[in-house]
Amino acid sequence: MTAVEVETIEQAPEPIVPGAPPPQPLWIDFWRGIADDNPVLIQMLGLCPTMAISNQVKNGLGMGAATLFVLVFSSLFISLLRKIIPTEVRLATYILIIATFVTIADLVMQAYSPLLSRTLGPFVPLIVVNCIILGRAEAFAGKVKPSRALMDALGQGLGFTLALTFMCIVREVLGSGTFLGVSVFGPHYEPWVFMIMPPGGFLTMGLMFLAMGWWGERKKAQLNAQLVGVAR
Amino acid sequence: MIANLSWIFFSTLLLNNFTLALFLGLCSFFGVTTKMDTGWRLGAANTFVLVMTAVAVWILNSWVLVTTPYLRTIAFIVVIASLVQIVEMAIKKYLPVLFRELGIYLPLITTNCAILYLALTQTTRGYNLIEAVVYALGGGLGLTLALTLMASIRERLDVADVPALAKRMGLVLIIASCMSMAFMGFAGMGSG
Repeated sequence: MTAVEVETIEQAPEPIVPGAPPPQPLWIDFWRGIADDNPVLIQMLGLCPTMAISNQVKNGLGMGAATLFVLVFSSLFISLLRKIIPTEVRLATYILIIATFVTIADLVMQAYSPLLSRTLGPFVPLIVVNCIILGRAEAFAGKVKPSRALMDALGQGLGFTLALTFMCIVREVLGSGTFLGVSVFGPHYEPWVFMIMPPGGFLTMGLMFLAMGWWGERKKAQLNAQLVGVAR
Repeated sequence: MIANLSWIFFSTLLLNNFTLALFLGLCSFFGVTTKMDTGWRLGAANTFVLVMTAVAVWILNSWVLVTTPYLRTIAFIVVIASLVQIVEMAIKKYLPVLFRELGIYLPLITTNCAILYLALTQTTRGYNLIEAVVYALGGGLGLTLALTLMASIRERLDVADVPALAKRMGLVLIIASCMSMAFMGFAGMGSG
């Protein structure tokens, strides 16, 4: 790149990024990830960790916290560096930034809660390939101001944690009869071990999607009925 | 030696099947399994990348990352991304039809959790080169098996009369649950 080119780039006003999300108030950026655009329930991203480690509430909370940390910091940094990162190599750069924060999260977890780190095993380093984080970087953080990227990352991270924790509660309560290790149904409950094994993960997730679909259809039907009523 | 290798192979293929027991590579498992042909071809591409990764990671672990184990995650993902890029270029050049069929799922092999999982597990278990390659073959064929089975079920599902509500992800996940249950049957293997 020649000196002239550098100057023109620096003097140019902020370019309109193609495909950038339309401006919204910050709380909408935050709320979208939790409800309307939930990464797991609506976008169906990050399914692997959601099913793989959701057999205990403790694991779910640890995994949710680690993912939230990585998502928030990588989104913030990607947004701060968005004008420096060349478009051609942006994905590789995003992956490197994400991998750095995942390494930090992994080492911190190994140091301060070795037991949790051992249970989660390779699934902590595997946050690198969690589609939610790269998806947010590509669709949102790389194109907006740091404040918006931060709120969006917080919302998406909390939305992921909520969906994950819900899965964990269903599976742990039914599968081992406990909640965070405390017995729920008393000593006479025969644990439904199927739920904490891999097929239970697929089944819980499938039933959850069926319930979501049913709820969506019902809402649509109600809306249609209202519209018909208005038209009459 | 042979017993050890065959144990690694079969336990990864059936017992700890990457997709059905460890929930790895679910994006492509649900994404491309609508047609049988694409299913097994993606499985083959994945197997190839897995074997290449196993070799590359073994080289990295033996010579490059000896004193800096904390750089593993970063180094692995960079190596995997470059490998997938090379495979993509090779397929584009020599097998253009397959390239068109796989579409977006070919570059997405990079973010396939199975590949990074293999690299990490191979490191923690301290496999040597042959063990690592056998492990990768077992994992890759296991993926292919799961993809092919799922694709064949979903081809039949297209003409079946199921409630409209269940036509999307819900039903596919419940089918995956049944398949996973069937694979749990292998759990007693090797102990008896």
